[in-house]
Amino acid sequence: MKRFAKLIQQLELSNKTNDKIAALVDYFNYADDKDKIWVIALFTGKKPRRPIKSALIKYWAIEITQTPEWLFSESYSNVGDLSETIALLLPPAENTSDFQLHKWIEDLHDLEGKDDEAKKAFILNAWNTLETQERFIFNKLISGNFRIGVSNKMLVNALAKQSNLDSAQIMHSIMGKWNPYEITFSELINGVHVNTDNSWPYPFCLAYALEQEPEKLGDISDWQAEWKWDGIRGQIVKRNGELFIWSRGEELVTEQFPELHFLTDVLPDGVVLDGEILAVQDKQVLSFSTLQQRLNRKSISKKQLEEAPIGFFVYDILEYETVDFREQPLSERRKILEQLIGSLAESAVILSPVISCKNWDELAEQRKTSREINSEGIMLKKLSSHYHSGRKRGDWWKWKVNPYTVDAVMIYAQKGSGRRANFFTDYTFAVRDGENLVTIAKAYSGLTDKEIKEVNSFVTKNAIEKFGPVRTVKPELVFEIAFEGIAESKRHKAGLALRFPRILRWRKDKKAAEINTLEDLRQLLESTL
Amino acid sequence: MALIEFTKRGIYCKQGDFYVDPWWPVDYAVTTHGHSDHVRFGNKHYLCHTLTKPIIKRRISEELQVETLNYGESIVRNGVNISFYPAGHIIGSAQVRLEYKGEVCVISGDYKTEDDGISDLFEPVKCHSFVSESTFGLPVYKWQKQDIVFDKIKSWVTDNIHQQKTSVLIAYSLGKAQRLIKNLSGNVPIYVHNSIANLNEVIIDAGVNLPQTIRITPETTKDELQKGIVIVPPAMRDSRWIKNLSHAVTGICSGWMQVRAHRRWQSADAGFALSDHADWTGLIAAIDATGAEKVYVTHGFTAAFSRYLNDNGIESEEVMTKFGQEDDEENKADMAAQSENTKI
Repeated sequence: MKRFAKLIQQLELSNKTNDKIAALVDYFNYADDKDKIWVIALFTGKKPRRPIKSALIKYWAIEITQTPEWLFSESYSNVGDLSETIALLLPPAENTSDFQLHKWIEDLHDLEGKDDEAKKAFILNAWNTLETQERFIFNKLISGNFRIGVSNKMLVNALAKQSNLDSAQIMHSIMGKWNPYEITFSELINGVHVNTDNSWPYPFCLAYALEQEPEKLGDISDWQAEWKWDGIRGQIVKRNGELFIWSRGEELVTEQFPELHFLTDVLPDGVVLDGEILAVQDKQVLSFSTLQQRLNRKSISKKQLEEAPIGFFVYDILEYETVDFREQPLSERRKILEQLIGSLAESAVILSPVISCKNWDELAEQRKTSREINSEGIMLKKLSSHYHSGRKRGDWWKWKVNPYTVDAVMIYAQKGSGRRANFFTDYTFAVRDGENLVTIAKAYSGLTDKEIKEVNSFVTKNAIEKFGPVRTVKPELVFEIAFEGIAESKRHKAGLALRFPRILRWRKDKKAAEINTLEDLRQLLESTL
Repeated sequence: MALIEFTKRGIYCKQGDFYVDPWWPVDYAVTTHGHSDHVRFGNKHYLCHTLTKPIIKRRISEELQVETLNYGESIVRNGVNISFYPAGHIIGSAQVRLEYKGEVCVISGDYKTEDDGISDLFEPVKCHSFVSESTFGLPVYKWQKQDIVFDKIKSWVTDNIHQQKTSVLIAYSLGKAQRLIKNLSGNVPIYVHNSIANLNEVIIDAGVNLPQTIRITPETTKDELQKGIVIVPPAMRDSRWIKNLSHAVTGICSGWMQVRAHRRWQSADAGFALSDHADWTGLIAAIDATGAEKVYVTHGFTAAFSRYLNDNGIESEEVMTKFGQEDDEENKADMAAQSENTKI
């Protein structure tokens, strides 16, 4: 645990990727094999099952430190992290311990099914043997949220460097299905488990936003242009008679989309498809807000099936006849894909069309019509490109249409969490509705550190009321809010909700009287349905 | 009538007609210590501790009209007895004790209760009312003993030297820098920025025993620095000078480094929770020791700390002040010092 605590500290203290990778390599060189498995599991979001609710941990900490609950909350809002708040509040440990990481995880696992008294005794005893940083990590093991700025890619690069194995292979291996209690470190990085597992997906190939003129990409005939659809990126895996649907978030979502289950019977074995899960009717893509009715549901009603039917627009083929096709050029992959999907003409699985244009100007014209067909813009893929693991600059570009924007005024501010815990960084915005202001969005990104400090000082000076961590502020600062879509919403007072709102820029040139109205947004909503 | 009142110019004693650490120019300013958010330019008269006098003269102007007191000494202004007691914050920092017709009020300025080895140790003073800072007035701020923190810094430095990295510690020119020098002095030479070296001279001239340091000059080689400890003020933190050192790694020494979010926000390579302010335990102990019936809570977590005191039977009130922006203020002071001292 001490070694792991040191690793976390090193990872947190550096902003440089190379330092982080060096720290990881160093860790993987010296740590216990069983610990390494857990580090990979934790960093890739494979949480050990929670043996104890966070609320209980908090309660016990309050009890033994005799901290009033409100003071605990104040402390929490300053620290920005529950595990850390508890670690800092506890009195210094009276004993010491030096168990390895996996031992702690196993002991926590063994608490499952025990009564609260036994759990409490274990936790209190552990707290009393750990230093502050170790306590923090121990608490994190219970709550299961390790967000410390290590991307899968970074982790994989470190593992590849340490083991001299191919990084794509390791990525493939750690993304698959494996059980940290059973697998060994060597089995994991060598990918022993993935051959026996029908479900394993490939890492998605991701694109960077195009920031230059498309002409700079060279001859348009070297490129394949497609619509960029606004849904859930998905990967369909069919092997040995079994079908799996993976989402971009590396989650298995097979059960959520029964419309696609027929593929079990029609797709040959050893096929992996990349595409977009969308709400589709009569081969037309419906808005994202329609698709949303179908997401993250445990059960699906008949009504939902009718109102938001699902389709899959296929972009690419990664595996065909059990062979990994990712090293084939896109032009070849597309040919196979057309043969394969062409035969499914009347189904919910549709080949995402290629936009044929003679030149970039023509394509730019086409791009302007994106919104009309519920597309977010255009994807540009080099015809000679491989299907890369993750984001790589150069072969794939997203050329999105500009987002929708609205000018709104800030009316509430709240302190952020994590590294922004001491600044007001989370803002709520409103538009005008007659004489009133009505909230339409909450956003927290898009300002520079300098602007954040400036807004922070405005909030401190112009706070009208306090509600816990929230401040009501004088409606004075106007921001341009960008968003990707708009949907009806019964939950919001405005009767509508914005999708992915973020601050585009601070409109210091505008006064609160000049902001948009709710009517403006209603009209936009009408036009997208 | 209360002995002190809180006005827009600062803490005011009407009976004695003077202010304590005013932030607008006044006729008579009682000064708790030399940090720039507590002592400003433009007052007609200053009253401060003997050791603070050369510091503020150096930092503000040689022309200042300054009277001094040692700890335990007093003067009387219009019947109000003014005396100083050690606040333990930095060299020369004082708590200001006011007494008039048997009523006693103590204004703490900034203080800490741990012995830092260089400032006189904080001394609790019995009083009826106490004005306390609350910079770290939350129970998550509990310091480790300074020996433990200095051991961490020393082992960080040793590792850095071993790995051919240059250890750069970021610390306020006044206070933190001298505390580091006093406690880190040993086998590794300590190199200091001009603004720190200048203050050190002033402090040594005033009779304080400070270990030897080396002023960084254009002639100082990167190689020498790599094998030593470099101490620079916050204004230098993102400077090109640091970037040009050989593999510089920066360490920030501040109470805020207790919390991960602050460490990350500051984007230093290392953070050491070393503060010249009292921690939660120190604040509570100090207030208990005064036996005060009423506690005014200034800069810091005023609302939470004052509520806690009230809930625990000590009448308390939060007071808005312009102190506590020490970060910014000290930065400006350091920045000014830097420009006046040209390049290093």
